Amino acid sequence: MLSYILRRVAIAVPTLLLLVVISFLLMHAAPGGPFTSERPLPPAVLANIEAKYGLNNPIYVQIINYIGGIITHFDFGPSFKYKDQSVNDIIAHGFPVTLTYGFLSFLVAVIVGGALGIAAALKQNSWLDYFAVGVSIGAQVLPNFVMAPILVLVFTLWLGWLPGGGWNGGQWNYLILPIIALSTSYMASVARLTRSSMLEVLHTNFIRTAMAKGLPYRVIIFKHALKPALLPIMSYLGPAFVSMITGSVIIDLYFSTGGIGQFYVNSALNRDYAVMMGITILIGGLTILFNLIVDVLYAWIDPKIRY
Amino acid sequence: MKFSKSALLGSVVGVALLSTSAFAAGVHPETGEKLADDQTFTYRILDEHSSFDPQINEDVSGASMARNLFEGLYNQDNLGNLVPGVALSHTVSDDRQTYTFKLRDNAKWSDGNPVTAGDFVYAWRRLASPELASPYQWYAALMSVKNADEIIKGEMKPEELGIKAIDDHTLEVQLTRPLPYFTAMTTHSSTFPSPEWAIEAHGSEWTRPENIVSNGAYKLAKSVPQEISVLERNTQYWDNENTIIDKVEVLVINDENVALTRYLAGEMDLTDAPAGQFPRLQKEYPDQAVVFPRLCSYYYTFNQRPSGPEEFKDVRVRKALSYALDRRVITDAVLQAGQFPAYTFTPAVTAGFEVPKVDFSGWSQRERDAKAKELLKAAGFTKDNPLEFDLVYNTDEGHKKVAIAMTQMWKQKLDVKVNMSNMEWKTFLNERKNGNFELARGAWCGDYNEASTFLDLMETESGYNDGKFSNAEVDQLLSEAKSMINPQPNYTRIEEIMANEMPVIPIYHYTEDYMMNPRLKNWPIKNAEQNWYAKNLYKVAK
Repeated sequence: MLSYILRRVAIAVPTLLLLVVISFLLMHAAPGGPFTSERPLPPAVLANIEAKYGLNNPIYVQIINYIGGIITHFDFGPSFKYKDQSVNDIIAHGFPVTLTYGFLSFLVAVIVGGALGIAAALKQNSWLDYFAVGVSIGAQVLPNFVMAPILVLVFTLWLGWLPGGGWNGGQWNYLILPIIALSTSYMASVARLTRSSMLEVLHTNFIRTAMAKGLPYRVIIFKHALKPALLPIMSYLGPAFVSMITGSVIIDLYFSTGGIGQFYVNSALNRDYAVMMGITILIGGLTILFNLIVDVLYAWIDPKIRY
Repeated sequence: MKFSKSALLGSVVGVALLSTSAFAAGVHPETGEKLADDQTFTYRILDEHSSFDPQINEDVSGASMARNLFEGLYNQDNLGNLVPGVALSHTVSDDRQTYTFKLRDNAKWSDGNPVTAGDFVYAWRRLASPELASPYQWYAALMSVKNADEIIKGEMKPEELGIKAIDDHTLEVQLTRPLPYFTAMTTHSSTFPSPEWAIEAHGSEWTRPENIVSNGAYKLAKSVPQEISVLERNTQYWDNENTIIDKVEVLVINDENVALTRYLAGEMDLTDAPAGQFPRLQKEYPDQAVVFPRLCSYYYTFNQRPSGPEEFKDVRVRKALSYALDRRVITDAVLQAGQFPAYTFTPAVTAGFEVPKVDFSGWSQRERDAKAKELLKAAGFTKDNPLEFDLVYNTDEGHKKVAIAMTQMWKQKLDVKVNMSNMEWKTFLNERKNGNFELARGAWCGDYNEASTFLDLMETESGYNDGKFSNAEVDQLLSEAKSMINPQPNYTRIEEIMANEMPVIPIYHYTEDYMMNPRLKNWPIKNAEQNWYAKNLYKVAK
């Protein structure tokens, strides 16, 4: 197992490097640059700015300098757009925000979705099942960019219970709406996946055997059925977790949380190269990490899987 | 006069707390209106501004922030006229190339240091220096400050810029040529003073709330990127006594509809009315929906480069397309937010600018249409041989609506076939700059309140002249106008030439559409540049 993990980490390094180089090239290939504006800068001014940020160097020098800066100083460069902040500042500020609401949304999605799914599977074709399926389909077809404004309309404008946006250091009442908006569709997916995978397991021979042996229902479900049923859910949750904690543009946009999702999209539109690279590397790194964690968890859940 | 001990003590405390106590209980000193207890002004901006550093900032929302945090030589009043800021007055030499400003001696930085002429010298050198590489470096050159061009190009040192401190309260600026609107340009945030000691001590982190030193009516108390900035009273400010708003909160909300919802929920005092919603808002909230003219033009530009389409080299085609556009329909039916149909490039609201009577502005739309048909026919385009071209705009619902209306009008009236396309903003700018277009959308907002900020775009060598229109007489008139005391005749002539040559199709002049808390008072509605100062605002009690 340890050698497997080490091997995966060893592969992760060149993967990340490749990601950096490809993103860097793609980004520079996009038309326009960070300093393209409605008022084109006089050539002398543009030359000064490009010299300041090293954009006048050939692209391979820029890539080498960029990677060198990360390795030697852990410096991800300056933001060309938000000039008071470096990429490190932006991530240091934005990522904890995103992580907070992303992680809490993940918990909500897993707990509520999982509970709904299990309940539906156990009482298949009952009103509970129909209710759970109905809720999850409803939640699935309500994308968060529809949810968010509706939530704000209801809870902020009509009821006046919760603030319509902002973060305020992560105060609880500022967290509720973003979490509901973000977790809903994930919750729906978790519920449907749990339900179908649970149903599948409940119809396998070893569960039938356990039933025949007269084991208590509780033991059958939680000890024998749940673990194998988790497997397909796990492969969904790994990437879902990464995408939740690395931020949702929609959530950041609607709730002005200051999370990195918004910076990510803005950086692409602004051609804010370093910000875009920094967040790409963060998301890339986390994706690799959580894929590894999921793979390791597989082995723990399913004794049939060995590395 | 006799004072009791407690009264004396009270007055000492009162001076210390002047900021909060002077108006708390009371009424507005001039209007007599009862003031609200909570003097917090909260407004929304679209995106985090680029910097708090006045020399580095490059966006409009950041400039507003800078005007509240810093104070330059002159401020603007509610009509856009110059009023003393740090400078009390100035004198101009006989050759109109040397300006000497008298600075007030009671201006202070938020850390208590006096604001001196040296702080302006430092700031302006900084603005022009290649080392700082400010995106507004060119502003120093635009102000015609001596040697600015050479410094930007790296041929001279920033210390050689034509600005010097005669003494702490006397500032002298030398220009390369007379510039009638030079003083008006000193209200721009890039010319605001900056504190050398704070910048030297903290480097690029000097604008953090814990480091920043500012000389305006407010200081930065809190800044959370993409969420909120909070400005609090600068008790060192020379006019703190007459400042009513205690606190300014700036919320970053990317989505205008969300911003509107939060405004309606009472979370802020000011936000933009989302595109297309103004008529409804005006009906539902007549006391809150406000509209006023802005110093901006919306237009389409013909590509007249040698590589551009042949059709557009024919002035008859350009005129026909311009005439056939019913601008009233675009402003009154499509946009519906009080915009002004445009027949000249420069907006009527521009200071000192008298809108010339260009011929087609006086015709009825029927007359314009008839003339358009005639011209296009003369140019050889008929129903069987229709004019066809590409039109491009940057991706945006509003621009799309206007483009559709335009192409429909052309199709119905002139049988013109238009291929519309849209592009993401930066791609669009890149393509337009490189001349890869036929007819492209453009918009321009004045950098200062004078017609040349618009008309300069028509200069052959202008970096903003993407259509590459070139007219020797226009170039000549523009160059002359720079140093004329009354350049209006030149501007009139240029607009006439433009109406004759039609290098661009002026469509409308912008308005600002706001939802504004009716308790917020003294917003400079008549200031065309929308240079507002929180220190001039106040909120009245319910």
